[in-house]
Amino acid sequence: MEKRVVFKSAWLPYLLVAPQIAITIIFFFWPAFQAVYQSLLSQDAFGLHTEFVWFENFRALFADDHYLLSFQTTAIFSLLVASLGLSISLLLAVAADRIVRGAFVFKTLLIWPYAVAPAIAGALWAFLFAPSIGILGYVLKQWGVPWNYMLNGDHAMILVVVASVWKQISYNFLFFLAGLQSIPRSLMEAAAIDGASPFRRFWTIVFPLLSPTTFFLLVVNIVYAFFDTFGVIDATTQGGPAASTQILVYKVYYDGVKAADLGGSSAQSVILMIIVIALSVIQFRFIEKKVQY
Amino acid sequence: MTAFYYLVLTLGVLVVAFPLYVTFVASTLTLDQILAVPMPLIPGDQLINNYSQVLSAGSTRGASAPVGRMMINSGIMALVIAFGKIAISIISAFAIVFFRFPLRNFFFWMIFITLMLPGEVRIIPTFKVVADLGMLDSYAGLTLPLIASATATFLFRQFFFTIPDELAEAARMDGAGPMRFFWDVVLPLSKTSIAALFVIQFIYGWNQYLWPLLITTQESMYTTVIGIKRMITAGDAATEWNLVMATAILAMVPPALVVILMQRWFVKGLVETEK
Repeated sequence: MEKRVVFKSAWLPYLLVAPQIAITIIFFFWPAFQAVYQSLLSQDAFGLHTEFVWFENFRALFADDHYLLSFQTTAIFSLLVASLGLSISLLLAVAADRIVRGAFVFKTLLIWPYAVAPAIAGALWAFLFAPSIGILGYVLKQWGVPWNYMLNGDHAMILVVVASVWKQISYNFLFFLAGLQSIPRSLMEAAAIDGASPFRRFWTIVFPLLSPTTFFLLVVNIVYAFFDTFGVIDATTQGGPAASTQILVYKVYYDGVKAADLGGSSAQSVILMIIVIALSVIQFRFIEKKVQY
Repeated sequence: MTAFYYLVLTLGVLVVAFPLYVTFVASTLTLDQILAVPMPLIPGDQLINNYSQVLSAGSTRGASAPVGRMMINSGIMALVIAFGKIAISIISAFAIVFFRFPLRNFFFWMIFITLMLPGEVRIIPTFKVVADLGMLDSYAGLTLPLIASATATFLFRQFFFTIPDELAEAARMDGAGPMRFFWDVVLPLSKTSIAALFVIQFIYGWNQYLWPLLITTQESMYTTVIGIKRMITAGDAATEWNLVMATAILAMVPPALVVILMQRWFVKGLVETEK
C-alpha cells in the first residue's frame, strides 16, 4: 500500500524515525551481532584469554547429552502447553459463544489471568502444589500420591505445564471467541435445519472455519512455551530436579549467567534465534496465504 | 445444551479463580496458620497486618525492601515503556507512511526484523551493552532496551493507511505542514489505537521478569514481580508465605485492573496487534 498524498522534507522523516532506529541498533542489532560473534569464541574460566574457534561451540553443544535432553524437554513441554491450552480454551470459547445471559461476566472472569506475570503464576501454583504445605499437595497425598515436585521430575513437569497453561488460557480464549463470532450464523442455522447434531455442526463447520485462528494460536503458544515461560520455571523448579524442566531458554540463562560459559550460552542463543526466525517465517507465510483468498 | 455450556463456563471460571482465592486467603493468615497443614480456606484476620507489613517493610527473612517502593518502580517501568513505545512508534510509522525518502524501506525492514528477536535470546549481550553504558540499577536501563517495538509501529502503520488521502490533501491545501497535520489530524484519530496499545504495553512492562532480575542489584530498584521471587527462600517452611502471597496480590491488582477497566480496548488491541 502506498499513500498518494505525501509530505516532502529533506530531514524531518529521518528525525522522526531516529529514536526507534537508534534504540533498535543499540539494543537489538548490536547485541544480536555480539551473540553470534561470541558463539564463535572460546573463553577460559577467568575471561582472560579468548580464542576464535569457529563452530567448535556448536559442535560441542550437539555432542552434549544435556543439551539434547533440554531439546527433548522443551519439545514435550511446549507440546503439552500448546495442546492443553488450546483445547481447554476452545471448549470455553465455544461455550461462551453460545450463551446469551451473563456472557460479559464470564468473559471478564476468564480474561484476567492475562494480566498475571508468568513468574507470579509460577509462584501461585508452586504454593498450591508445595509438597509439605500446599493445599493441592495435601489433597494429592490424601489420595495416596507421593507428591513432591522438588524430587520427582514428572511432578515438576506437571507443575510448570499447569502454571503455564493457566496463564495462557485467557489469551487463547479471546482469539477463539473472536474467531467463532466471525462465523456466519446462517451457516449454522442451515446445518441445523438439515438435521445436523451440535457435535456434527462443530466438527464439519465450526472447526474447519476456525483453522486459521487455531494455526495462528498454535504458533503463538509454541513461542510462548519456548520463551515467555522463563518466569514460570524460574519461580517454581529452576529447571530441576535433575534438569527435568530445564527448557532451552532456561539453559541459555543458566549456562550464561550462573555457569558463566559465554561461548556455549551464545551458541545456544544463536540456535534459539534460528528457531524463532523459522517459526516467524511459517507464521508470516501463512498469514499471507490467508489474506490472498 | 445450554445447561452444559453454563456448566463448562462455571467450571472454567472456578479453576481459573481457585489459585487467586487461595492466594488471597493465604495473604490474610498468619504464617503459623499456613504451616498447619491443611491451611484454612476461609480468610483470616491478618489482612491489614500482612499488607501494611509488606508495603512498608517487606519480608523479614528474604528481601527486606518495602513492596510500596517496588510498586512505584514497577509503575514507573510500566508507564515509561507503554508511553515510550507508543511515542517512538507513532512518529516512526508517521514518517514511513506519510513521507517518501531514501532508505524508507530499509528502515521499515530494520524495524520489522526485530519482531523475530525475543529479548530472552539476546539477553546476555544486551546486559553487557547496558553495563557498558553505565545503566545498571537505573530506570533508563530498566526501560530503554524494551522500548523499541515493531508491533506498535505496525499497528500504527496499518491504521495510517486507513486515513483517507483527502484529509492529508485538505491539510496541505490549507497550508498545514506535516507536523501540524500530525498534531491536529493524525493524533486525535489514533486515540483508540493508542488506548489499545497502552493496555497491552502497560501489562508487558509491569510483568517484565528476566530483564529486571539481571540488571537490578540494589533492593531499592527491585520491581514487584522480582521482589516476590526474592522473598521465596529455599524450603517451604522458611518462606513467609503469608507475606509472599500478599505481595503477589499487590503485584496482580494494577495490571488486572487495567485489563478489566479497559476491556474493550484491550480485546481490540490484542486481536489487532497480533494479526
